[in-house]
Amino acid sequence: MDVIKTATRDAYGKALTELGDLHDNIRVLDADLAAATKTGMFKKAHPDMFVDCGIQEGNMMGVAAGLSTVGYVVFASSFAMFAAGRAFEQIRNSIAYPKLNVKIGATHAGISVGEDGASHQCCEDIALMRSIPGMTIINPADDIESRQAVFAAYETEGPVYMRFGRLAVPRLFDTDHKFEIGKGVYLKAGSDVTLIASGLLVGPALDAAEQLKNEGIDAAVIDMATIKPIDRDIIVEAAEKTGAIVTCEEHNIIGGLGSAVAEVVCETVPVPVVRLGVNDEFGHSGPALKLLDLFGLNAAGVVAKAKAAVALK
Amino acid sequence: MDDITKKKLSVDACRIRMAVIEGTYNAKSGHPGGSLSIADILAYLYFDKMNIDPARPDMPDRDRLVLSKGHAAPALYGALAYRGFFPVEDIKTLRKPDSYLQGHPNMNLIPGVDMSTGSLGQGISAACGMALGSKYKGDAFKVYTILGDGEIEEGEVWEAAMFAGNKGLDCLTAFIDYNGLQIDGTVEEVDSPEPIADKFRAFNWNVIEIDGHDFEQIEDAVNRADALKGPTAIVCKTVKGKGVSFMENSVGWHGKAPNEEEYNTAMAELNAQLAALEA
Repeated sequence: MDVIKTATRDAYGKALTELGDLHDNIRVLDADLAAATKTGMFKKAHPDMFVDCGIQEGNMMGVAAGLSTVGYVVFASSFAMFAAGRAFEQIRNSIAYPKLNVKIGATHAGISVGEDGASHQCCEDIALMRSIPGMTIINPADDIESRQAVFAAYETEGPVYMRFGRLAVPRLFDTDHKFEIGKGVYLKAGSDVTLIASGLLVGPALDAAEQLKNEGIDAAVIDMATIKPIDRDIIVEAAEKTGAIVTCEEHNIIGGLGSAVAEVVCETVPVPVVRLGVNDEFGHSGPALKLLDLFGLNAAGVVAKAKAAVALK
Repeated sequence: MDDITKKKLSVDACRIRMAVIEGTYNAKSGHPGGSLSIADILAYLYFDKMNIDPARPDMPDRDRLVLSKGHAAPALYGALAYRGFFPVEDIKTLRKPDSYLQGHPNMNLIPGVDMSTGSLGQGISAACGMALGSKYKGDAFKVYTILGDGEIEEGEVWEAAMFAGNKGLDCLTAFIDYNGLQIDGTVEEVDSPEPIADKFRAFNWNVIEIDGHDFEQIEDAVNRADALKGPTAIVCKTVKGKGVSFMENSVGWHGKAPNEEEYNTAMAELNAQLAALEA
C-alpha cells in the first residue's frame, strides 16, 4: 500500500477551510504568504473572512489581537521565522499578556524548509514561544493530527502556537486518532528506552524503534504533539518504566521539546535524557530530505541517540 | 460647543490631571508629562464623545480607546475613575504590588481598559484590529487610539498606518500627542518624525491638525473624522506637562514622579484652576 504523504501546512489550510464552513466567527490573517502557508485555501472558500495584511508580521499580530477582542477567533499565519521570530514581542505583549484568543499558524518550521536556507529555517520558535506565560504550543506529526490540532485550537480559549512543516510527511495516524492538547500518546510500548518525538521526527522515531529491536533494544515511542503544556505524567511514567529517554525534534536542542522533557525528568525521576535535534547551529540550503540526513534528523540519528541513552543507564 | 460643556470638560480634564499627580506621587514613579498632555483629549472622549457605560464595561458595541502610548496610563485611569469605572481613591494605589492599577494599561484587570498596551507602536495595530471588527459588524462602533509623537518613530506604527489606509478603516481615529519631547530630548534632536501630517496623508489617511488643549477644536476634528471615509489622524499640538507650571515643556518630567514638595505645589496649582472653573 502506498503511504499517503502530506505536508502539515496543507492539512492546516484544509482544516481552516472546514472550520470556516462550520463557524462564522473565524477570521484568518496572513502576511503575503497565503499560497505557501496554505491559508490561500481558506481565502478561496471564505474570501470575506480572510485578510491579507501584506508583509508586516508585527502589525498582523496586533491586528489579530484587536480583532479577537471584538469576539472573533483569529488565526494569524506566516512562516515560523517571521511569526515567532520577527513578531515575538507583539505575540508576547499584544496577544499572550492580555490572554487573547489568537491562534498562530506557523508554517515552514525547521530545516526541512530546504533550499531557502538558514534565513528561513526557524529552529528557535518553540524556545521563544515556550518562554511566554500561558502559550500553548502544538507541533503535530502528520496531516490527521494537524487537522485535529487546528480544531482543538479553535475550541481552546487563549493563545495557541501551531507549528507546521513545508515538507510532505507520511501519514502516521488513522482518522480515529484522538489528539488532545497537553496529552502525549504512546505509539509503541517498550522497556529499555523511550523515544519522545514531535513533528516530522515521529515517523523516524517509529522506524528507529523497529531497527533497535534488531539490536536487542526494546524502545517505547511517544508522540508528544503538545510541547506546552507538556504532559508531565507521561514523561514521569516513561522515566520510571524505561530509565532512559531520547527526545527527537526538528528544532534547536536548546529550548524545545528536549529541554521541556529534561526539565520534567530532572525534577521528578532523574534518568538519562539524550536530545536529538539541531545542535545549536544554523541550517543551510539543500533539498529537505538531504538536509535532514546531514543534520542526523532521521531514523539512524534516533538509533544512535537511543544507544547512547541506554549506555548511560 | 457651548460654554457650559466647555467648562464641564475643563473641570473633568483638571480632575484627570489631579489623578496623574496623585497617582505618580503615591507610586513614586510613572510618567506625568505625557499624561498631562493628553488630559483634554481624554476628557472630551470619555466625558462627552464615547458611547460607553461604566456599569457595563464589556458592552459589545461600545466605542473603544486604545492608549497606544501606554505610559500615559495615569491619565487614562483618571478618566476612567472619574467616569465611574472604579473608585477614584484607588488612584493612590497606582503601581503598588497589591493594586490592579498596573504601570501600563491591563485590559484583564482594569475595568474600562480596552487593550493592554505599553510597548510602543503596538496599540495602533490592535486598534486597527478592533476597527476591522467594527467594519465586519457594519461600523458598529468607533475606535480611538492615542499615540505619542516619539512613539511614531516605531516602524510598526507605519505598518499599521499602511494597513488602515489600505483597508478603509473608516471608524478608526488616531490622535497624535505632538508635545515635541521624548525621553532623550526633543523629537527633532532624537529622530524627527516630521512631517507628521504629510506622512499620514501619504499613507491614505485624512489629517486634521489642531490645538490638543482646545475642546472646540478637538470636538470639531472628531466630528469631521466621523464623517470622513478612511482613517483619520488628528495631530494635536500639545504641551508636555500641561497644567502644572514647573512640568510644562520640560523633558525631565517624562518619567519622573513629583516629590512631596512638588506634589503639594502641583496640587495647589490644579486646585486653584478647579476653583476658578467652579467659581
